[in-house]
Order: sequence, then structure tokens, then C-alpha cells
Amino acid sequence: MGKFNKNEKREVPKMSTSSLPDIVFMLLFFFMAVTTMREVTIMVENTLPEARETIKLEKKTLVSNIYVGKPGRQHQMVWGSEPILQLNDRFARVGDLGSFVETEREARPEEDRNSIINNLKVDRNVTMGVVTDIKQELRKANSLLVNYGSRKKL
Amino acid sequence: MGRKVPELNSTSTADIAFLLLVFFLTTTTMNVDSGLFRRLPPYNEDNTEAPKVAKRNILQVLVNRNNQLLVNDELADINSLKDRTKEFILNKSDDADMPAKEAKEIPLFGPVEVSKGLVSLQSDRQTSYETYVAVQDQLTAAFREMRDEKALEKWGKRYEELDDEQRSAVDKYIPMSISEAEPKNVKKK
Repeated sequence: MGKFNKNEKREVPKMSTSSLPDIVFMLLFFFMAVTTMREVTIMVENTLPEARETIKLEKKTLVSNIYVGKPGRQHQMVWGSEPILQLNDRFARVGDLGSFVETEREARPEEDRNSIINNLKVDRNVTMGVVTDIKQELRKANSLLVNYGSRKKL
Repeated sequence: MGRKVPELNSTSTADIAFLLLVFFLTTTTMNVDSGLFRRLPPYNEDNTEAPKVAKRNILQVLVNRNNQLLVNDELADINSLKDRTKEFILNKSDDADMPAKEAKEIPLFGPVEVSKGLVSLQSDRQTSYETYVAVQDQLTAAFREMRDEKALEKWGKRYEELDDEQRSAVDKYIPMSISEAEPKNVKKK
């Protein structure tokens, strides 16, 4: 007959953690694949309005972002609290748009220059006056593709 | 001599990977840019008069500084704008006050009647951007639905599922005719 030794001290076997790095790496690759680098820190208030009929901008390289909104709280001392533009990492006035469009054009290869999409990321509380001025400036600079940035409403 | 190669201690790889993971989580963003896509009309210096369009062909949408909507001189609710636009552009009852139709030859569709209707959108400088986007959204929805209807009639598919050739045919049938009037500086404050 077999012996059943009940008095022997039993230990819970150690869990193998050798696959933990693999799991984490998998997560890492997932996030690397689906996310994109944040290119600028947004210095203006920027809550986009909502819309149902939004489309996605697939070609990231063609998008040039124009942020509009009130300056953030820490910038209000210098820049006031009127809606202002942010181009790349600087505050700007509507008049600066022409040169901005030009530099954006030059930064892209020849064949893409006419299909740059100006992504207007305008805060929902901004009034149309600023937006209209921007649109006029863009028309003057002959950069006519515009996207009214908005979040998808469900 | 079978000497054993000591195994590399790999317990810390997990920590390293976690560190990388956290780094990527903080520096990247998930969201894809989305929005309402429009093509602006080219700028012309002398600000020539817009081509004359018969009054019956225009659906005039005005948005005032209090974010109220005036559609063809009547107060209207934003949520009704979509149906209003569809009804106007299609003009199913051939009303004399609603847009005229023009017989056209369109590839894939053959001879059809294309509505000459046009939505003219004008906003005040004090209109909030949120309202403006809501209006644009309604208009986009109207045109999208009309295109969907035509696509369903013809191919039994929605506009999104069509191929490029079919799409451009539908685009000709229901052109996206939203015109934004040159901004009038109405009572600029």
C-alpha cells in the first residue's frame, strides 16, 4: 500500500513569471502601433464641439493643425483672455497665418503641397468672428482644404 | 567538459518593458483627428458679385449672435434643419417656390433631373462656433442622407460602400451645394 505522509510540509509551487515580460511587450507594441506622438503642447483652451457626421483624417502627414481658443490660465497675464491662435508651439495672430501656411507647404514634398488639410481645432466657446477671419486668411493664402475639428457625437 | 552556462537573470526585463510602456502611454495620443471636411471657395481680390441665382433656388440659413436660426425668413430649430434641407433640395412636389431642376446626363444613372438648389449659410461674428458646427453638421447629414437614398435606390448599397466611380456619379446627382456667403461685418463690436 502507498504511504500517505500527511505530516510533510507542503509548499505552494512558485508561479512562473517568465512570461510576464512577453505580455508587457505585447501591450507595449499595441500602444506603439495605435497611438501617435503628441506633437505640441496645447496652450489654449481647446474643447472641440461635437458633431455626428464627422469623418476621420486618415493621412496624418497632410494635416496641419491650427488651434484656436482662449489662452490657458498661466498665459493669460501676457496674452489676455481673448481667443488667440496657436501655431505649432507659439501663440499667433490671424495675420501670421499666411507665413504659417507657406512654411507648412515647404515642409512637405512637392506632390503633397496642394492637398494640405488645415485642421481647425477651435474651442467651442469661440465666436465665429475669429473663425471667419481665419478662413479669409486661408483663402488668401490659397490653402482651401479645411476641416472643422469636432468630436464624434454618439 | 560539459560546463553549464549560467542562466541570465531575466526578472528585470518585465520592469524594463513596463518602463517603456509607461513612457509611450504618456507621450502619445490615441485620438485620430476627426471633423467636418470642407473646401473653401478660392479668394478673388475684387470681390466680384456672386453669380446671380434665382431666389427659388436658395435656401437661406442665417445664424444670429444669439445662436438663433432663420431659415428662409422663418425662425427655425437647428434639429429641424436637416429635414428642411432635404425637402428643399429634392423638391419632390415640384413646388414653384422650391428649386428648379435641370435635366442632365450622368454616367451610370443616365438622364436625370438634378436639383439646382443651394444652401446659403451666413453667420454673425458673434455666433458661437459650437452652433456653427451644429448647423454644418445638420447640412452634412442632409446631403449624406440624400446621397444614401440615391445609392440605395440604384445599387442597394449605402454611399459609403460604393466604389469611386459610383461615388462620383452620386456626387454629380446630389452635389454638395453649401455656399458660405462672404462675411458681412454685421454690427461688429
